[in-house]
Amino acid sequence: MIRRLWPIFVRDLTLLTRGAQGRGGAVLPLLFFLAVAMLFPFAVGPDARLLARTGAGVIWVAALLAAILPLDRLVEPDVEAGFFDQWALRGLSEEALLLSRIVAHWISFGLPLMIAAPISAGLLSLDAAQLRTVEIGLLLGTPGLAAIGVTIAALTAGLRAGSALGGLLAIPLTVPLLIFGAGSLQPDGEGGLALLAACSLVALAVAPFAGGAAIRAGRE
Amino acid sequence: MQDCRLVADTIACRRGDRILFRGLSLAVRGGEIVHLAGPNGIGKSSLIRILAGLLRPYAGSVERSGSLALSDERLALDGHLPLDRALGFWRGIDGTHGQQPDFGLANLLDVPVRYLSTGQRKRAALARVAASEASIWLLDEPLNGLDTHWSCMAQLAIDAHRKAGGAVILASHQSLSIDHVTTVKLLDYSA
Repeated sequence: MIRRLWPIFVRDLTLLTRGAQGRGGAVLPLLFFLAVAMLFPFAVGPDARLLARTGAGVIWVAALLAAILPLDRLVEPDVEAGFFDQWALRGLSEEALLLSRIVAHWISFGLPLMIAAPISAGLLSLDAAQLRTVEIGLLLGTPGLAAIGVTIAALTAGLRAGSALGGLLAIPLTVPLLIFGAGSLQPDGEGGLALLAACSLVALAVAPFAGGAAIRAGRE
Repeated sequence: MQDCRLVADTIACRRGDRILFRGLSLAVRGGEIVHLAGPNGIGKSSLIRILAGLLRPYAGSVERSGSLALSDERLALDGHLPLDRALGFWRGIDGTHGQQPDFGLANLLDVPVRYLSTGQRKRAALARVAASEASIWLLDEPLNGLDTHWSCMAQLAIDAHRKAGGAVILASHQSLSIDHVTTVKLLDYSA
């Protein structure tokens, strides 16, 4: 099973990071994430105190929207091209395939976001302690965002307005991650990190099964 | 080749509100070819997907022993990759390295899949099926888009698979020019 999953994981990762076949790759969400942090000070003015107070929340909103950006390219093209059918024929479970895709998706958007977070933090004049909390929060929260993203991508694969619907579905589901992620940056808000991790774990545990069921139902 | 068997027992297929066919039974063993014949929309592709286990039959059951390979209208090859690497992806998963018929694709191996013509894509799908070394081939309209020469060659490859002990179920509205073919007319079972 692992031996056969490995080439699939490598393919997932290459397609999601480098981009091909209409997939934008990892660059687009990253640029989007940085662009929000860059534009926000222009919009609200250069007041360092105001930026430091609101900046962390902006980082989280940007991370969430960057996660929604590649949704329509996560699962849909492979369902359309018959890859999931061929994998099913070979006895590979959709759950294992989607777990591989969640990991690949996280590497292609979660990791770059964590690497870009110090730049965003600089633009929003966050201090070192806040940046540390943001990084820990992203480490705990982005796997949940990846899991929710892949589930929604599997659910909307094959629907005509899939991408618009996907964004709409993702917003309410990712609200808990946003609340605890941004909340952890409030004074004495470190407890939010534990709740953030809990939300992430629930999403990770449910996602492969929900997504797998969605792909099987989509064949009918 | 391993012993293989695919048996469908009184299956029915429903798409939407319509029953496409009912009471259809068929069995194929190693060394046999079954040709599913019938006009467009009679349910050939649905039957292939039911036999592949991708679609649940409305009634009846499908039993199978032996590995499956499927070629339908979905190519399952990455468009941006050269044909050789796109096929290599499946060889890697199936763990096969044997020499298989290449359906005249030898000089197209470095061409990205998205540049292939209709007939070449069909041949690439057949090459993927052959390279999987599966014992049961499920082919949905394998001869569509092939010219006379390659239609003939594809049928020879199918026949060679039968002679090697494999089983083939193919859906096609065209008539075949190979022997030892059992034809199942779907019109006889249409509801």
